Amino acid sequence: MRFLARRLGFYLLTAWAAVTLNFLIPRLMPGDPVDLLVARLKGNVDPAAVEAMKKAFGISDAGLWTQYVDYLGNLFRGELGRSITFFPTEVSTVIADSLPWTIGLVGVATLISYVVGTSLGVLMAWKRGTWLDGVLPAATFLHAVPYFWVALVLVFVFGSTLQWFPGSRAYGLEVTPGVTGDFLASVAYHATLPAVTIVVASMADRILGMRNVMVTTLGEDYVVMAEAKGLTSRRVMWAYAARNAILPNITSFALSLGFVVGGSVLTEIVFSYPGIGSMLLKGVENEDFPLMQGIFLVISLAVLVANLLADLAYVLLDPRTRQ
Amino acid sequence: MNVLEIRDLGVDYQSNSGAVHAVDGVSLDLRRGEILGLAGESGSGKSTLAHAIGRLLRPPAAITGGTVTYHRADGGAVDVLGLRGEELRAFRWAELAVVFQSAMNSLNPVSTVGAQIEDVLRIHRPTMKRNARVERSVELLQRVGISADRRRSYPHELSGGMRQRAAIAIALALNPEIVIMDEPTTALDVVVQRDILHEISALREEYGFAVVFITHDLSLLMEISDRIAIMYAGRVVETGAARALHDTPRHPYTLGLLRSFPRLHGPREELLGIPGTPPDLRALPPGCAFHPRCGQALPDCREISPSLRDGVSCLLNEGKGVR
Amino acid sequence: MKIRIGAGILVFFALMALAGPLLISADPAATSDAGLQGPSGAHWLGTTQTGQDILTQIVYGSRVSLGVGVLSAVIATAFAIAVGLVGGYFGGAVDEVLSVLTNIFLVLPALPLIIVLAGYLPQRGVASVAVVIAVTGWAWGARVLRAQTLSVRRRDFVEAARASGEGPIRVIFFEILPVLLPVIATSFLATVVGAILAEAGLSFLGLADLSTVSWGSMLYFAQNGQALLIGAWWWFVPPGLCIALIGTGLALVNFGLDEIANPRLRTIKVRKARA
Repeated sequence: MRFLARRLGFYLLTAWAAVTLNFLIPRLMPGDPVDLLVARLKGNVDPAAVEAMKKAFGISDAGLWTQYVDYLGNLFRGELGRSITFFPTEVSTVIADSLPWTIGLVGVATLISYVVGTSLGVLMAWKRGTWLDGVLPAATFLHAVPYFWVALVLVFVFGSTLQWFPGSRAYGLEVTPGVTGDFLASVAYHATLPAVTIVVASMADRILGMRNVMVTTLGEDYVVMAEAKGLTSRRVMWAYAARNAILPNITSFALSLGFVVGGSVLTEIVFSYPGIGSMLLKGVENEDFPLMQGIFLVISLAVLVANLLADLAYVLLDPRTRQ
Repeated sequence: MNVLEIRDLGVDYQSNSGAVHAVDGVSLDLRRGEILGLAGESGSGKSTLAHAIGRLLRPPAAITGGTVTYHRADGGAVDVLGLRGEELRAFRWAELAVVFQSAMNSLNPVSTVGAQIEDVLRIHRPTMKRNARVERSVELLQRVGISADRRRSYPHELSGGMRQRAAIAIALALNPEIVIMDEPTTALDVVVQRDILHEISALREEYGFAVVFITHDLSLLMEISDRIAIMYAGRVVETGAARALHDTPRHPYTLGLLRSFPRLHGPREELLGIPGTPPDLRALPPGCAFHPRCGQALPDCREISPSLRDGVSCLLNEGKGVR
Repeated sequence: MKIRIGAGILVFFALMALAGPLLISADPAATSDAGLQGPSGAHWLGTTQTGQDILTQIVYGSRVSLGVGVLSAVIATAFAIAVGLVGGYFGGAVDEVLSVLTNIFLVLPALPLIIVLAGYLPQRGVASVAVVIAVTGWAWGARVLRAQTLSVRRRDFVEAARASGEGPIRVIFFEILPVLLPVIATSFLATVVGAILAEAGLSFLGLADLSTVSWGSMLYFAQNGQALLIGAWWWFVPPGLCIALIGTGLALVNFGLDEIANPRLRTIKVRKARA
């Protein structure tokens, strides 16, 4: 349990760091964001918007410390300010509308990628020296491929050329959102290509990572002993080798989550998927600093929560951490 | 009354620079219920030999020739090297079990010791009920001196001695005819080592299994073995009853080994190590592999490789060895 | 073998970036009437909507993509060396603080942070983009180097240097650093891949300098020029392929080095055991 307590403490510290970073960025970067915006719009800006922005940043004549305290207070009340792009909608509302799409898409895709990639890595290590080694060069290539490029290729092939799957939007124009079979089917249909993108682009890391740990694990005495015990190869492979090899793999998986989320942001943009990544781009394009920052904060916190879940899984799987 | 007969067994390690003969033409008999000690420096091939008998070699190691015959208690003979698939799986642990050098490494770290006994029973005794399996694992643990409530302990929760005892309990799960013990006490301190040795002797009396006991510590073998085989550079250079080997060693290497270790009992003799280092198997000297380190080497020893005759493989005194 | 293929790929692209523009002296931004043509003798990789030659763009773009990648990795690695070696060498509270800092940057999602930082940049030139990417890309290297420093610190020659009264800076940079060079090289290569990918992503979003041609900005213009709908695959396939190939080359070199360190990872041909 000490392990979990330590990790929890670390995540709280990291959350605080993200929050503080978020506070400092607009103050440390060259130029005042409000002036920047006003200048770019050549002064044609709603005074109310300027006020809203100043409020969002907590920018006032007060000292830095007072500003920081005000900022933290707003944050605790869930106030992230108002979006410029969608003025006068609250940033929190914009995020609340788009976040479920991202969590659904990235969550499901990451889960599939993890399960498939890890299993493939296990098999490749187990059947070393067979045709499965041929997956290695492909995985090495995919390991470095940009998410958005995979998205472009998939849209080109399966979207515009073959027309098998839609290449944009989250659901068809003909269905109305609601918990109906038609709507859910349309959502699943539209999510196919974005999900495949994330799976394809993120799976290589899981395959290579799991294979390498697994190869090392296969040389361990407890795997040799399991074989000597006359257990079935399936049991040796999963209950002894993979069961142990997965532990370091969970840690590297957790660390890669930030990267997966970054790639997913780009993927959403290619597919005009109404998730948080598309919103982030809108925010940046429109110099909508409150929206940008709110989204960065939410993404960071989401990654932290995911990391915490990974740690929980680790504790469940490794008795040595339960002391 | 041999339970195992090894004839001309050869094991090579394939490498880019050619094959290395780790075990070269070894012939040995294991009698029913005896403790056969197998001694030699690291690299002498003793562990490779044990792994070959247990069919546990992994590439790049491969058996290049010879036979291993197992004689069932009812008289049937089994070609161990010819066993395939299901036959091999069924043979393992039921007839021949292994205790590895370090229980720290050979026990599955994420599984309780009870579970590691019970999964042997579940696979090899499919008709056995869960309750019966639990009963049996408690009985085995108690038999090696581990209390019943430790059944649900993980390896890291046990002391080094306890872990080695647990490994022995697992080995006895199916009442095997042969137990291979690969340096089972090397990682333990001297006091615990003594306890474990007594335990092994007592268990052997009770269950009547034969033991192949591998170690580099010849004085330890003298105490518990019925017979001893000495290996050097992949070959058996001397074999005989423990007493005879101790009183009248006939191979210069055995003589050197006997003088290399302080005794556990009795007056300490002068420690006379063997000069030089263990041979490089990739570049063995011609003739007798031991001649560069042998104080009594004859000119012929550089050219003629002696074979095992009357329990010794040495050219001195017309093939009778020292004295 | 892996290292050779990987190094071959890297040398190819390095030559392209260094010598390519000298061989193809055309202006990558020059437009022509021959818009959206597929690969042909005149335009080996076809043309963009405005008739720009794609091969010329790829060659010139390699300078920006590789340049930003290498520059950013140099900055990030320098920072990683400072943090990792200092933390690993001194230990104690210094190490504690630096480790937490490293782990925070390891967990925080890099690309969203890069996007936010880039959003605030008044001018998004090559150098400022490289710095922004470096800010988020140093943590992995620092973590690896810290772990290695911890083990090197206890070796005899380091102990001897300390005992002979050499100052910590001297020990770190003249005794420990040289030993860690292979690890630094591996981590540098991995950082280059990350930086190239980040630059491409940023350019693709239109958040880098769009007036210079890079592989990422080519993809930006391809996406916005409806290359997908028109079916102009020659426009968006080459830049992405180049990014992935460089990444593959760097990964091959790194995996090759790993395998030298850990022979068990090698793919081996299993010999049939005696029947």
